[in-house]
Amino acid sequence: MNDDLLQIEKLNVEYITDDAIVYALNDFSLNVKRGEKIGLVGETGAGKTTLALSILRLLPKKIGKITSGSIKYESEELLDKPESYMLGLRGRRISMIFQDPMTSLNPVKTVGDQVLEVLNLHFPDLSKEEKNAKVDEIFRLVGIPAERKFEYPHQFSGGMKQRIVIAMALIAEPELLLADEPTTALDVTIQAQILELMKELKEKYNSAVILITHDLGVVAEFCDSVAVVYGGRVVEIGKVEEIFGNSHNHPYTKGLINCIPDLTSTAPRLHPIAGRMGDPRIKVQGCCFADRCPNATEKCKTTPPPMVYEGEHGILCHLYSKEGA
Amino acid sequence: MLIPVIIAVTFVLFVILSFAPGDVVKTILGDEATEEQIAELKHELNLDQPLLIRYARYMMDACRLDFGNSWTSGYEILPEFSRRLPYTLLVTTLSVLFAVGVGIPLGIASAIKEHSILDYGCTFLVMLLASMPAFWLGTLCQILFCLTLRWLPVSGVGSWRHFILPSIILGASTLATMIRMSRTSMLDVIKMDYIRTARAKGADEKKVLYHHAIRNSLIPVITQIGISFAGGIGGAIVTENIFAIPGIGVMLVNAVKSRDVPVVMGVIIFVTIIVGIINLIVDLICAVVDPRIDFAS
Ligand SMILES: Nc1ncnc2c1ncn2[C@@H]1O[C@H](COP(=O)(O)OP(=O)(O)OP(=O)(O)O)[C@@H](O)[C@H]1O
Ligand code: SF4
Ligand SMILES: [Mg+2]
Repeated sequence: MNDDLLQIEKLNVEYITDDAIVYALNDFSLNVKRGEKIGLVGETGAGKTTLALSILRLLPKKIGKITSGSIKYESEELLDKPESYMLGLRGRRISMIFQDPMTSLNPVKTVGDQVLEVLNLHFPDLSKEEKNAKVDEIFRLVGIPAERKFEYPHQFSGGMKQRIVIAMALIAEPELLLADEPTTALDVTIQAQILELMKELKEKYNSAVILITHDLGVVAEFCDSVAVVYGGRVVEIGKVEEIFGNSHNHPYTKGLINCIPDLTSTAPRLHPIAGRMGDPRIKVQGCCFADRCPNATEKCKTTPPPMVYEGEHGILCHLYSKEGA
Repeated sequence: MLIPVIIAVTFVLFVILSFAPGDVVKTILGDEATEEQIAELKHELNLDQPLLIRYARYMMDACRLDFGNSWTSGYEILPEFSRRLPYTLLVTTLSVLFAVGVGIPLGIASAIKEHSILDYGCTFLVMLLASMPAFWLGTLCQILFCLTLRWLPVSGVGSWRHFILPSIILGASTLATMIRMSRTSMLDVIKMDYIRTARAKGADEKKVLYHHAIRNSLIPVITQIGISFAGGIGGAIVTENIFAIPGIGVMLVNAVKSRDVPVVMGVIIFVTIIVGIINLIVDLICAVVDPRIDFAS
């Protein structure tokens, strides 16, 4: 059987707002294998959430548009599929954990009902008892007493809400989990607990995970491979060892790695490199990192760099291309 | 909570009525009354006593459910009020039902289909209804539907058909409020993260709407229904006079015109109590719909 689960190729996504067009993803490419845990790292505005929403085709209506590219899931082109196909995929085969657990649960439904809804949507043939048993089991698994499923979201703390969201995402045992900064909105001790839970669950479920984060430390602990995202592009991709244990890095990644005090502590939101990310409303000519790059040359400003591979380790930079910078 | 409100309302009203221009005694007795007759009547009505004493006496009687008789017509106030109240409550309730039944679906639909013809149509309707005073709209509709088209009776309370137009006229401004509020509220709700979560679970648009969006969007609207209902009782004063409905609105207007203090006081006390009860019911409904509201408080 084919090992590839998700193949994203040259994906371009725009947000059309009242006063401008935001180019959120630019020729974004990424492959995810079955069961692979891949970390998506990049600073705020890099386009990480946009990517996850594009995969589920849940970009905000009328504002967010996929203008070109391809998203293949198990060799099926998702961008050509009707909405009904996506309904069967969402929550069943691909599920998502959102950035902010405080707001991602419906305040007027009990948490149990919200988890149960996934089963009602995707497993209509299960009996009521079977469904309830499954809900109880997943609650236990994420560390919430099953009796509390009759309570409402406001009766839980942030960390517990995130556990419930995780339960909701995992109950259908999806093949792919999109975890959009599952710990960022929580305080540090709770972050560690949720990460611990995710590690336990990763052993139990064999889902592939795209773990979106600002935090390289989390990636090193959790993931097999890393994609570093900048300006709506993957600028470096490779196995965790290749990225962290290698002198060959994209200049942006180098900056990121240098700013981690040590790998076990959780870093604050990343602002490691002088300057800020370029204006996403402008399409850049050359390298998107040129404004902030310590190694930038004239060529970088005019010619887009190629993705240079060494085995599976790819870097989007002129420094590593055959002709040199 | 209700009791301090009633005391405050009645006291202010009592003071205003006492200082309002026009002499009730002269109104009752006519111009030819002698000094003696006037003094006698004043004594009979306790008008020769100081204001505070009169107020205290009135309230003591009121506590014993003795609201007295009308000064000008002599009828007993409580039975008269009870006889008239059903008409007012009926028209007000019908008007709120109309506004809610039509307004909420329209508001929600125009939010879902934002920038559609329906949406623009609703916005236009809201502006139209909000800018037309009830007495004008009422008279206009009377001319059109009752006199020209002869679909409905002009006035009175003979059959259920008599209540259609008054309810619609009274509900017109509430309808505008309902459309506007449910539209705004729905637009807020569909931007919420938990709606995106529901979509990410694989719920289709219908389920997202019925299972997640509508209930949340109704929370602010329900509070507004309570306010509108209370406002509707006030609005009934105008509508009842246009359509000659023998409700408490007519009773109140006549009483105010003739400075009939006990009637005005009585009606206002009852209305305050009714509005209080409505608010209580609305609070209970809110607590049922929104689990974040604690029943106890
Ligand atoms: N609804 C929207 N309308 C307009 N622009 C948007 C919208 N959502 C995102 N953007 C823009 O698209 C770009 C990418 O945003 P995205 O949310 O994908 O970033 P992110 O990497 O998830 O950032 P963060 O770490 O802050 O979550 C940003 O420039 C952002 O301003
Ligand atoms: S291409 Fe040039 S500007 Fe871009 S990262 Fe490489 S060296 Fe820096
Ligand atoms: Mg994000």
